[in-house]
Amino acid sequence: MDLPLIWAAIIGLAVAMYVILDGFDLGIGILFPFTVKESERDQMVSSIAPFWDGNETWLVLGGGGLWVAFPQAYAVIMSALYVPVIVMLLALVFRGVAFEFRTVAATSKPYWNFAFLGGSAVAALCQGAILAGMIQGIRVENGAYAGGAFDWATPFAALCALGVLAGYALLGACWLVMKTDGAVAERARYQAKILLAAVLAFMAVVSLWTPLAFERIATRWFSTPNIYYLWPVPIATALTAFAAWRWLERGREVKPFLAAIVLFLLGYLGLVISVFPYLVPPSLTIWQTAAVPASQMFMLIGTLIMLPIILGYVVFVYWIFRGKVREGEHYHH
Amino acid sequence: MEFDPVFIARLQFAFTVTFHIIFPTFTIGLSAYIATLLAMWLATGRDRYQRLARFWTRIFAVSFAMGVVSGIVLSYQFGTNWSQFSVYAGNVVGPLIGYEVLTAFFLEATFLGVMLFGWGRVPNWLQVFAAVMVAIGTAISTFWILAANSWMQTPTGHEIVDGAAVPLDWWAIIFNPSFPYRLAHMLNASYLTAGFVVLAVGARYLLADRHPDQARTMMRMALCLLAVLAPLQLLIGDQHGLNTLKQQPMKIAAIEAHWDTAGPGDFHVFAWPDEQAEMNRFAISIPQGASLILTHRLNGQFPGLKEVPPRDRPPVKTVFFAFRIMLAVGGFMIAAALVGAWLMWRGVLFETRWYLRIVAHSWWTGFVAVIAGWVVTESGRQPWIVYGLKRTAEAASPVAAATVATSLVLFVAVYGIVFATGIYYINRLIAKGPHGRAVEAAAGAPSRPLSSAHDAGREALAGGR
Repeated sequence: MDLPLIWAAIIGLAVAMYVILDGFDLGIGILFPFTVKESERDQMVSSIAPFWDGNETWLVLGGGGLWVAFPQAYAVIMSALYVPVIVMLLALVFRGVAFEFRTVAATSKPYWNFAFLGGSAVAALCQGAILAGMIQGIRVENGAYAGGAFDWATPFAALCALGVLAGYALLGACWLVMKTDGAVAERARYQAKILLAAVLAFMAVVSLWTPLAFERIATRWFSTPNIYYLWPVPIATALTAFAAWRWLERGREVKPFLAAIVLFLLGYLGLVISVFPYLVPPSLTIWQTAAVPASQMFMLIGTLIMLPIILGYVVFVYWIFRGKVREGEHYHH
Repeated sequence: MEFDPVFIARLQFAFTVTFHIIFPTFTIGLSAYIATLLAMWLATGRDRYQRLARFWTRIFAVSFAMGVVSGIVLSYQFGTNWSQFSVYAGNVVGPLIGYEVLTAFFLEATFLGVMLFGWGRVPNWLQVFAAVMVAIGTAISTFWILAANSWMQTPTGHEIVDGAAVPLDWWAIIFNPSFPYRLAHMLNASYLTAGFVVLAVGARYLLADRHPDQARTMMRMALCLLAVLAPLQLLIGDQHGLNTLKQQPMKIAAIEAHWDTAGPGDFHVFAWPDEQAEMNRFAISIPQGASLILTHRLNGQFPGLKEVPPRDRPPVKTVFFAFRIMLAVGGFMIAAALVGAWLMWRGVLFETRWYLRIVAHSWWTGFVAVIAGWVVTESGRQPWIVYGLKRTAEAASPVAAATVATSLVLFVAVYGIVFATGIYYINRLIAKGPHGRAVEAAAGAPSRPLSSAHDAGREALAGGR
């Protein structure tokens, strides 16, 4: 049994879950500047209020899981990407407390609205930078990080940061189309179409940039026989984007959100294809950085038991809070 | 100026973990209290319990959010600032944290949504169930994190292979020698901390002649709990101390500022440990006091700091004074609990204003005791990050001092603003008090958010009272 491979899949799943679930949470914050009334902001936040904490927990599973399964990769990546990770954590502090603070605040509510927006946007940008940092490669000597604090800061990182920002905004807009009504939902539908175009553009640029800038990625995609297997990925991406557009135009409410998820998963798949099996590109693979089999196995058993249970009660809570948050409504506790 | 990056990393971890511990300590206890209130409401149908539960839930929400975000910081800080520790201990400690995420974090985070927003959407029993799940989740979390931290204190069940700890026996790793004592001590501390906050709020309302019925209920419930748990904490602490003497003698030596093994085991109520001269100045001591506590014999001997070279000793002043702060505050808490229980038994509690005044101003006692205790146990473990196996100085990440200094400054600034505001808002919620009409739960009805509590909330805010 290839435990490192199984664990790479599990971590990959946890990160994918985080990106999608907290993606729309962060997206809502990113869309705050385009709101007009306080009641709209309350409606938007209410649509995610019962879910955000559970959604954010996938980040802890992704990061903590990385430590559990690939401690050396965790150590190197966190040291290398210190600055974007720390800034992301601080941004998440602001975003997280803003949920509660803006409810209790009286005159300082605008500040906490700004904290919600700023925290969400900065967290998204940092996650994009972290993504870029992983793709670009990390300098390792003697199994430890050997570079500087800002090695990750390149134009490519800026590109990825903005791409993730747009991507999360797209997820957020599609979520609002699904879970709200009135002015907020109408505006979100319009925003989603623009963001769809933006995200597609970013994906195209990244897809061209990475093979041009990194030979190992070019080899991965364009050598034979790889290209015979991989060409469907960009095609599927284009088709999904087209479907999302059509569904938004036609007033569908759930399908655009599903399409946005598929779009994200395809982008994610593309990145995994580019990078696998290097968990710390270009030098450390999943097998080189894995925890000992005893640890991976101990954790695997618990994970296989707990993940279905977790998914079960998560789905249950989403079901409890099904339906739209209507115009003028908001959840209070 | 040359700053030691390890020292700055230590400052940063100490700062972030101290802030973090404030919130889970409170929310572990408070979630149990809320679940208890809701269960009592379900059983008796008395409105008062539901209203109290809803009141404390608002406060809980603010505190829990701060605990979550400060906790995520820690889970990543192991990697960002302590990467060598992450590699050394990762095979052992990693899975323990992983189990914490899988069995506790998801449980509490997911059911929190129902606990906060479920009123009117879910049947009564499910509302109560959600609160119980959150309370259980926080307790499970305590289990795993104390298991991980205790392994760092008393590592067992592993072997060292290629310069890293690898697991041999998971039962021995989790149920390591210090774990049961530290788990009991911390769980009890959490319930005590929340208990004193509830007691203080009750007393505060009585003194201001507000919400008298709720206030009396809160004080009665709190005192019944505290009268049992506060003395119990002394017993647990004593056992914990005896275990520590066996497992980490130098920590005990630092706690007691005991330099010479053969010397008298006096209990120093106050002293100024001189770590250079290896002696204590200005000591005010109870003769043989420490010997009695630790060995149960008047002339019993226990290891002194001079048994090991200075580089293997913990920082004596820090550990010595933190322990005495914990004892002093803890002693006060026991006295307050017992006096209160006695007054309650005599039927004069609510009229004894001097007592009400004292406990109304004692909400902070649990927090100070917990922080002091954690300083004792973590500073007392130094210079080891994994006791006897890995030094803290060899565990940090290869990140430049300037970078860590910058992140430290950012953490201090952000935490300062955010958590001060949070405590201010909690205080404001307490000042507003339990209000609003009790809500009839919908019998599995669809998506109607809670206009009644919303209105009550708005009205209270507008009223500004």
